[in-house]
Amino acid sequence: MDQFLQQVVNGLSLGSIYALIALGYTMVYGIIKLINFAHGDIYMLGAYIGFAVVTIGGLGFFPALIIAMVLCAVIGIVTERIAYKPLRNSPRITLLITAIGVSFFMEYIMVYFVGANVRAFPDVLPKTQYRLGSIVINLQQIVIILTTIALMVLLQFIVHKTKIGKAMRAVSADRDAAELMGVKVDRTISATFAIGSALAGAGGVLVGIFYNSINPLMGMMPGLKAFVAAVFGGIGIIPGAMIGGVSIGVIETMVSGYGSSMYKDAVVFAILILVLIFKPSGLLGKNTREKV
Amino acid sequence: MLEIKNLNLHYGVIHALKDISLTVNDGEIVTLIGANGAGKTSTLRTISGLEKATSGEILLDGESIMHMPAPKRVSMGISQVPEGRRIFPDMSVFENLEMGAYLRNDKDGIKADMEMVFGRFPILGMRKKQLAGTLSGGEQQMLAMGRALMSRPKILLLDEPSMGLAPILVQEIFNIIKVINATGTTILLVEQNANMALSIADRGYVIETGSIVLSGTGQELAQSPEVRKAYLGG
Repeated sequence: MDQFLQQVVNGLSLGSIYALIALGYTMVYGIIKLINFAHGDIYMLGAYIGFAVVTIGGLGFFPALIIAMVLCAVIGIVTERIAYKPLRNSPRITLLITAIGVSFFMEYIMVYFVGANVRAFPDVLPKTQYRLGSIVINLQQIVIILTTIALMVLLQFIVHKTKIGKAMRAVSADRDAAELMGVKVDRTISATFAIGSALAGAGGVLVGIFYNSINPLMGMMPGLKAFVAAVFGGIGIIPGAMIGGVSIGVIETMVSGYGSSMYKDAVVFAILILVLIFKPSGLLGKNTREKV
Repeated sequence: MLEIKNLNLHYGVIHALKDISLTVNDGEIVTLIGANGAGKTSTLRTISGLEKATSGEILLDGESIMHMPAPKRVSMGISQVPEGRRIFPDMSVFENLEMGAYLRNDKDGIKADMEMVFGRFPILGMRKKQLAGTLSGGEQQMLAMGRALMSRPKILLLDEPSMGLAPILVQEIFNIIKVINATGTTILLVEQNANMALSIADRGYVIETGSIVLSGTGQELAQSPEVRKAYLGG
């Protein structure tokens, strides 16, 4: 039982990071129906920006988090403008292939500039450990989980209470109808990329803290798993990405803890296959039909 | 109010609108009738700026809106109730109406207009917290109309408001259209239900395969042998 609870705690912190990345996938998919395969690389850039702020700038965790989020938001907007916006009326497969191209571009431009070697993320938080009975929770895990919860609450507030959030929901539901309300679609898409990328940037900094190591190709696997998480919860649905991310994190940790860590990736992708077979619209997905 | 001159629209190689010209004067109800695929919806989409016309001119109160993006046209006073309602199903009735007032910042005015919409469509007031997707077809049509009114339009474009509704509801919707018009909103109404449309319209145009083939007052058109034969069942 204790080991189980310990794994839950570990899984929640890993799952928080997946959830942060999955949110960007799902929001971008919701609004332009693009699986943005470069999204995992935004997360990698977030980790490097956090690394630079801490090592070069000599600043602490919160400045690193904020700066990484802001710069990733800018990178997200610029990427959309340069790579995706010109393809607004192209077939979806064109967009998808472009996204894969953008992903490789970001990975190898980083290999070129910072080298392919793994770097150690400095300790920005003290290595304090707390004991709850026999469960050990360290400060890093608490910070990761609390940061994720705070960002999700903030996101819910933006999406439901602000004008830009309502515009985002309207555009993802029906682009033409939103335009007939006076919503500027391009600006709304930019805002979606900005928010999604900022969340991925935050995820990057958090994973730097969690695993202590970063490298230019680190975005690939978590990117794919966050994609699985988004599909698992129902792609395009924000609460689905949160639930999906946390579930995938916990499942992965459980497989490592009770089975073998060699199988953790296999299990995650097996889940993707099962979801696609039995509930292709995801946990929270629904099939909508027009009313007459 | 609205003047369209020699409007042409192409979808790829398809010439969808051919030299369409029509006028809607202040305070009128003008209807555009025609068969499925004749170009009625394309005309409204072009007026709203969702389609880019190949050539021609669209004037609102004498000012060209041809090259304005769709949101700008909303702020100029053009509002559309699109075909098939197109309400936001996962938003509440209240939020849908808020979206209608998206370009406005006058909180008190928005609140007052919201009350006006609830006054005109009491059922929406009773269901304001409900998700719009759970409303019946008729209620969704009312919501779409209320939403369009929230931008305080000078001219309201209505695309097939009777589509898929029971006859009793069609009558109700048309009564509401008359009331909206009587309170000062000019209306351009696109309909397949020519009988109903001509009965409330001041003037009408008949569109066939992308061209205007006939125009006149509502009564003239309703009595015209061509219209009777083609659209009113003899």
